[in-house]
Parts: sequence; structure tokens; C-alpha cells
Amino acid sequence: MTLEAPKLLTMLRDMIMIREFEELAMKLRAAGKIYGVVHPCSGQEAVAVGVCACLTNSDRITSTHRGHGHCIAKGADIRRMMAELFGRVDGYCKGKGGSMHIADFAIGMLGANGVVGAGLPMAAGAALAAQLDGKGDVAVCFFGDGAVTEGEFHEALNISAVWKLPIVFVCENNLYASNNAIAVQHHITAVAPHAAGYGMPGVAVDGNDVLAVHQAASTAVARARAGQGPSLIECNTYRWYFHSMHDKPPPETRPADEVALWKSRDPIPRLSNDLMARGLLSPAALQQMRAQVERELQAAVTFADNSPFPGVADLLTDMYAPDAART
Amino acid sequence: MREISFAKALDEAVAEEMRRDAKVITMGTDFTGDPIKEFGPDRVRFTPISESVMTGMGLGAAASGYRPIINWRSVTFCFVAMDQIINQASKVRYMFGGQADFPVTYRCGTGSGMGMAAQHSQSPHSLWMHIAGLKIILPSTPADAKGLLKSAIRDNNPVVSFECSRLNPITGPVPDGDHLVPLGVAEVKRAGTDVTVVALGYYVREALAVAEAFALEGISIEVVDPRTLVPLDVDTIHASVRKTGRLVVVDEAPPMCSAAAEIAALIAEDPASFRALKGPVQRVCAAAVPVPYSPPLEQASLPRRGDIVAAIRRVLAAG
Repeated sequence: MTLEAPKLLTMLRDMIMIREFEELAMKLRAAGKIYGVVHPCSGQEAVAVGVCACLTNSDRITSTHRGHGHCIAKGADIRRMMAELFGRVDGYCKGKGGSMHIADFAIGMLGANGVVGAGLPMAAGAALAAQLDGKGDVAVCFFGDGAVTEGEFHEALNISAVWKLPIVFVCENNLYASNNAIAVQHHITAVAPHAAGYGMPGVAVDGNDVLAVHQAASTAVARARAGQGPSLIECNTYRWYFHSMHDKPPPETRPADEVALWKSRDPIPRLSNDLMARGLLSPAALQQMRAQVERELQAAVTFADNSPFPGVADLLTDMYAPDAART
Repeated sequence: MREISFAKALDEAVAEEMRRDAKVITMGTDFTGDPIKEFGPDRVRFTPISESVMTGMGLGAAASGYRPIINWRSVTFCFVAMDQIINQASKVRYMFGGQADFPVTYRCGTGSGMGMAAQHSQSPHSLWMHIAGLKIILPSTPADAKGLLKSAIRDNNPVVSFECSRLNPITGPVPDGDHLVPLGVAEVKRAGTDVTVVALGYYVREALAVAEAFALEGISIEVVDPRTLVPLDVDTIHASVRKTGRLVVVDEAPPMCSAAAEIAALIAEDPASFRALKGPVQRVCAAAVPVPYSPPLEQASLPRRGDIVAAIRRVLAAG
């Protein structure tokens, strides 16, 4: 599929936004403006962006604990994301969720999730709803290689195949589940071959090549929209940093040469260099794009900082939907 | 009024709600009757034996405009879906800041007394009471079963419906028409003045039988059926205990951290109820063992009518 220049530039901008959002989140966590835990997805931006570029707001996604990138790629408002990280009332979850539970149901982002594999069943449910609606919408489930060893992965693939659900399973294989290398946990370290066991297409792509991701996702999404059932895409990628950080980054435990190799495969210059070579982007325009991202992030921090903390009276709100449907 | 069985009342609730609202769908590994005949294979889904995905799909479909009824069949099987119940269903509304509603109903057969041995004889309703965020119903009659399940399906929150297997063949009157029982409203199944017996599920009928026998002695037993465990109608229980000054709680689950324990604690914490007590609260619960198979052992593990009688005599003797 040939992408038009504006779309390509938007994809580049989204990847830069995700990268810079994560860099900022780590700084703000270290500074004590953010609480709890942050799981940055730096390095994996091409997966979220390449896939979400195929989707509309009526398509639904589920995400993981490493979910900031999926939110941004799906079109979430970074000001409300930042306010959520700050634990403020203008955050997406009014400060009740934090980094691991950002959701924006209005744009079909059904939530980041603190439990590995837990998003797969929910995405399958969203796909069932899309199938019943019959409007050609799809569900996409993002998960890591760690989720492949959870039963929910296998249950979700099976039922989706049996019912031909309009769903795309997108595995971000970053070679580590938490702090354990994939080879320690999986006998077969490739994820795509699992698709064959459930009779669905399974492809592996370079997850740091946003155009390759986009192409594979376009094929899978088109197939789902056409009622032809689920697909599995394994995006081979790498996270630049640790699994998670509290007040300071934990020591790096992965081999230095491995980290360096993957950093040399940075998905952002890969796209920007390509766009420059094709005459679609100038160094000045890239600079401008980066400056704009920086301004938006600063505005998000100001927005978050100006938003009040929830009051104690908010503790018991949002527990239950107020009224039963009586229509 | 029509007399129908508890099981038929539950089936009617599902069928009526599916007729009423095209967004109601049902999923399970098996169904009674042939609901596909009326509602078609899109809305009636035979699932693989994959409780975890089925439970989570209920949430995903609920967040996407549907009202799924997920039938775990036996409560036993929901334990393989604990992540989706405890980490997800009970928490998603609150932790996402109330952005979305999750109108999903989880149904399960519960309880002992059927010779089904340890795994298939469980009454874990208090486990779910402890997990903030779920609503829980536990009907004791065909009419309540139908009315509560219909309300559960219409409720915009995850509701777990505990359906005592021993009650399935029991028949009783069920009002015609759109019979609804609101969630969170207890019913005084028998009014009385001397002792309050709060009974749960199957044990409501046992408590009523015991109350009938005590009436012959001139002792007036009030039987309160909470019907919904979350939200629990505390006011009705308090009012009854403040009137009688004596409380016995009958629950098919083992006593530790049980619904019976919660009810006893609520009475102990409430100054007016506590002051009204003429003696200590008594709980009649199952033995704290995995339910055994052999009939004499199974019967011994369960609360028996004689246990209820003895507990009532103890509270009467205390003051």
C-alpha cells in the first residue's frame, strides 16, 4: 500500500511524540512528579504507529502495561495522558488509573493493562461486538512476547479463529518478558508460527520499520474488515530501556552490544531518512516537527500541573454505573 | 399465579431479556433448551472450554455496546478465569475513571448437596463480596431468581449471579409479565418478633421450615433473605435485629471471612443493633473442609436443619 505524504509525516510525528513523551515521563518520574511505576516503550514506536495508522476511532484496541505509545498512536490527548500520570482530576481516569491504566473509550482505546495477557480476551470481546455490529470495524490487541506464555493468548487466538472474529493480534516481540530473555521462557522463540496452530495467517515483520509494520497491519486489518477472520503479526523490536522504573532507572542487565545494536536500528531516523531521500521531508521541516512536539509536551505538563488532585470525596465515585438501563 | 421451577425461572429471565433487548447476547459451553432456535447463533454462542477468554470477552463486548450474559455453568470453572474477574471485571470501571460501563452478567451454579464432591460443591460468594466492584445476587426462590436475573442483565455493572444447584428443581409461584426484583433489596420472607434468621440461598427454605416448627411452640422467627449480597440491604437486617434482639445467620459457605461473618460484623458495629442484642450472634455455616463425596460426609459438612434449630435455641437461652 502506498502511503500519501501527509500520512507519512503524521506517522513520523507520532513516533517522535511517543519517544519524547517517554523521555519526559522518565524525567518526571525521577523528579517525583509522577508516582508508582513507568514502563517506557522507547524504541518500539513503529509498532503502535504502523498498526494504528490503519485504524479509525470506531476500531478498538487493547494495550499493555507499556501502553503510552498505543494511546498516542490511537489519537489520545497527551495533555490528559500527562494529567493521568500526574494523578490529577483532568487525567483520562481522573487520577484513578495512572500510567498502567490509561484508556480513552471515546477513541476506541479500551485501556492499558497491568496484567500480561489480560487484554487479549477483552479485545476478542470487542471483536465479537464488531462482528455483531457488522459495520466492518475491527479490534486490535497489542501484547508482548511475555503474553504468549499466558493461557489467555491461546484461548483468545482459538476462539477468534473458531468464530472468525475481526481481530488482529499484534505481538511486540522485544526479546524480554520483564527482565527475562525470551529464550529462557519459550522453547520456540518466534511468535508468528503459533498462528498456524489456530489456522490463521501469521507473519513476522521488522518491528522497527514502520512501513513494514503498516503494510502487514493493512493486510490483516483488511482481512478482518472483510469478515475473513483473525491474523497474528509478530513485530520484532526492542525496548531501549528497562522493564520499569520507580524513582530511578534500574541498572541495565542486558548485553551492551545487544542494546547498542538495537539502538542503531532506531525506527525514527529510519523513517525520517527515508522521507528525506524521497524529498518528502527537509531537515528544517524535521526540526520544526520536533520543536512542535516539544511545545505540545510542555503544554501537556503545564496542563497536568494546573489540574487539581482529586479530592477525598472522589474516593468512592465511579465504582458503579449509577442507573440500570430501563429503556 | 404460575408455579415454575427455579431453573425454568432463570431460563425465562434470559429469554425475556433477549427478546426485549437485541444487545443482550449469551455465551457458554452449554445451554438448557435450544435458545439458538429463537435467538440464532450470533446471539447464542457456544464457546470452547476457555473460561478466561469467555469472561474477558464479556467485558470487551460490554464496553462495545452489548449486554453479554456469560454462563460459567458451575462456579468451579470461573476459578480458571480469576484474572478476568478480579483484576479486570471488578476494577475496570473505577480504574478507568468511570469512562465506560460494563453491563455484563456472569452466571454460575453453586452449592453443595448434590454428591458432586469438593470442586463442584462450592459456595464462594463471600470471595466475590470481598472484591470491591462486583454486584452479587443469590436468589432463593423461582420468583426472585427470575426477577433478580432480569435486573442483573439490565444493570450497567458486572453482576455475578449465584444460582444454587439444589434449588433448580424446586417450584414456586412466579408473577406473570415483566417481573423484576431490584438489586440491593432484601425481603423478609417471614415476619417474626423473637429471633432474626438471616438465611442465604438454599437455606432460606430451610430457615422457613424451622420457623414453621418453632411457631408451633409459640416462638416467632423472622426470616430475612438478603437476595443480593452486593449491594447488601443492611437496613433491613438492622431493622429486624433491632426488633428481635437475636440473630442467627445461615450460610452454606464455611464460616471464615464469609457472608455470615460480614453480617455478624455489621450488627456488632451498629450501635442500635448491638444494644438490642440479648445474646451473642450465632452463625450456622458449612464445615471448613473441601466438601466430601460420600453422602453421610457430605451431609455432615453442610448446615443442617438441626443446626439451625440448635442455634436458635442458643440465642433464645442467652437472653
